[in-house]
Amino acid sequence: MSTILSRVMNYYAVLAIYKFEMARMRRTLLQSIVTPVLTTSLYFIVFGAAIGSRIQEVGGVGYGAFIVPGLIMLSLLTNSISNASFGIYFPKFSGTVYEVLSAPVSTLEVVLGYVGAAATKAIILGLIILATAGFFIELRIAHPIIMLLFIVLTALSFSLFGFILGIWADNFEKLSIVPALIITPLVFLGGSFYSTDMLPPVWQSISLMNPVLYLVSGLRWSFYEISEVNVWVSLVGVSLFLLVCLGVVYAIFRTGYRLRP
Amino acid sequence: MAVIEPEVGSTILSIQQLSKVYAGGFAALKSVSLDIKAGEIIALLGPNGAGKTTLISTICGLVQPSSGRVLVAGHDITTDYRITRALIGLVPQELTTDSFETVWNTVSFSRGLFGRAPDPAHIERVLRSLSLWDKKDNMLRTLSGGMKRRVLIAKALSHEPRILFLDEPTAGVDVSLRKDMWAIVSDLRASGVTIILTTHYIEEAEEIADRIGVINHGELILVEEKRALMAKLGKKQLELELFDPLEGLPNSLAPFGLELSANGLKLIYTFDTTESGENNISSVLEALREAGITFKDLHTSQSSLEEIFVGLVNQPADGIAQGAAT
Ligand SMILES: Nc1ncnc2c1ncn2[C@@H]1O[C@H](COP(=O)(O)OP(=O)(O)OP(=O)(O)O)[C@@H](O)[C@H]1O
Ligand SMILES: [Mg+2]
Repeated sequence: MSTILSRVMNYYAVLAIYKFEMARMRRTLLQSIVTPVLTTSLYFIVFGAAIGSRIQEVGGVGYGAFIVPGLIMLSLLTNSISNASFGIYFPKFSGTVYEVLSAPVSTLEVVLGYVGAAATKAIILGLIILATAGFFIELRIAHPIIMLLFIVLTALSFSLFGFILGIWADNFEKLSIVPALIITPLVFLGGSFYSTDMLPPVWQSISLMNPVLYLVSGLRWSFYEISEVNVWVSLVGVSLFLLVCLGVVYAIFRTGYRLRP
Repeated sequence: MAVIEPEVGSTILSIQQLSKVYAGGFAALKSVSLDIKAGEIIALLGPNGAGKTTLISTICGLVQPSSGRVLVAGHDITTDYRITRALIGLVPQELTTDSFETVWNTVSFSRGLFGRAPDPAHIERVLRSLSLWDKKDNMLRTLSGGMKRRVLIAKALSHEPRILFLDEPTAGVDVSLRKDMWAIVSDLRASGVTIILTTHYIEEAEEIADRIGVINHGELILVEEKRALMAKLGKKQLELELFDPLEGLPNSLAPFGLELSANGLKLIYTFDTTESGENNISSVLEALREAGITFKDLHTSQSSLEEIFVGLVNQPADGIAQGAAT
């Protein structure tokens, strides 16, 4: 298998980058697992028990269950972006990126290694959150395949986005500003913890301009078959975003932007 | 991926009118052309900022060329980068290593990155030859600067390259590593690896290189066989300061090819120390005595490579361009 693969691509390079990145993540394994377990539990205690006792049901689903897709999405987006952006920013910052840039690897191979590892970790964390949620509420997943598809597509496309961010950023502030100032607000305003039905009509229409709403809505549909927008719109949307990010990465490597002077 | 084995003596690296203008408009390389044969060792000399690292970085794919082209074993570095880069190993000037990796892992990583199947026996050989074997499980951040430099060399050798670039390999390196390094270089050359290195130590270039190139202001102002340079080095001059000015040279002194300074107060005799024994200093002095020419002082001088080098690079940029054109 490896010999066939190594004929069509630099398979050993993809594997080397992927393993290197996963090893970096393994070094912080404990905090990687404890953090999502702890924050998920906190969300359930605060939102589920305190607020949930007043909200009761949203769209026929218990409030605790309702917020599970939103929690997973929040974790997927922030982790994908931070894993991938840090994965490429740091070698660029320390200078070790020279090796990848001087290696016989194509853009696709570099992306497969870095983005593949970042997405893998984000997916694992997403599944840990799902499992943690299972301790607090009874989970019901109507379309597990669609759920996995959403999780994988989201992790991949936002890891790609994070990769672009890591190449673009030339200081640490820029690296943390996008997740903190753009992604987190979008997730909170994207119907993760409430249904937009609860909002005044004006805000409902404004919410529809929030791309994260489509992600949360699509993932929630795969669980409970309730959604704010058609699930196919969500799927096509996230796939398009993936393609756009891929295009941007290609352009970056073609032009050498911020990597090859 | 297929491994190409270039024939010793064939042109393995061909740099053709390579120019680089950085984004700010700074011309770091100006139409550099150079052919390098397989198995050769070339030393590039030049002051800080001359463009040595830019030249190496361009060949290795770290810097995009502005114009001109580079062929490695006959393959273009931009269109056939998979082939050319697999043939090249690079030891960069800056010490950059991942702090939290072990020596073994980082060297194995490099081999994979360059598309080679794992080969623990080869990695072990490389680590042993660089005296890194007992450090193989150490984290890189626990190593000294010199050891990190060795790790960078091990990484560059991990995929068995046919061309090795060493960008100032001996900067900040102690005597023992320097010796080890030259031992490795001669082992590599014995196995047919082509080596291109930069250095600020001229003795170093003299000691190991076959050819020496001098870069200044982005131009390759001299490339010469070390032996040809050494022949120039072998020339000595004897200067005689006379008591009384001479109007012209007496006929009896004609065979020695002496030069008389404009004011007639100095005689210069150039001779070759490499031609065994037969330098006629005593005959010259004898002839002078017979001609009744007396001198008050004499000294001999020898131009070193260093002098040639300093003389070359101290010329203003356009002066050199003219010098090169003539
Ligand atoms: N990324 C860059 N952008 C703009 N200018 C650059 C860049 N890299 C190098 N230069 C400039 O190009 C010139 C050549 O630099 P280079 O690093 O090739 O010199 P060098 O011969 O290796 O010098 P040294 O002996 O100090 O290592 C310098 O003037 C440098 O400032
Ligand atoms: Mg340099």
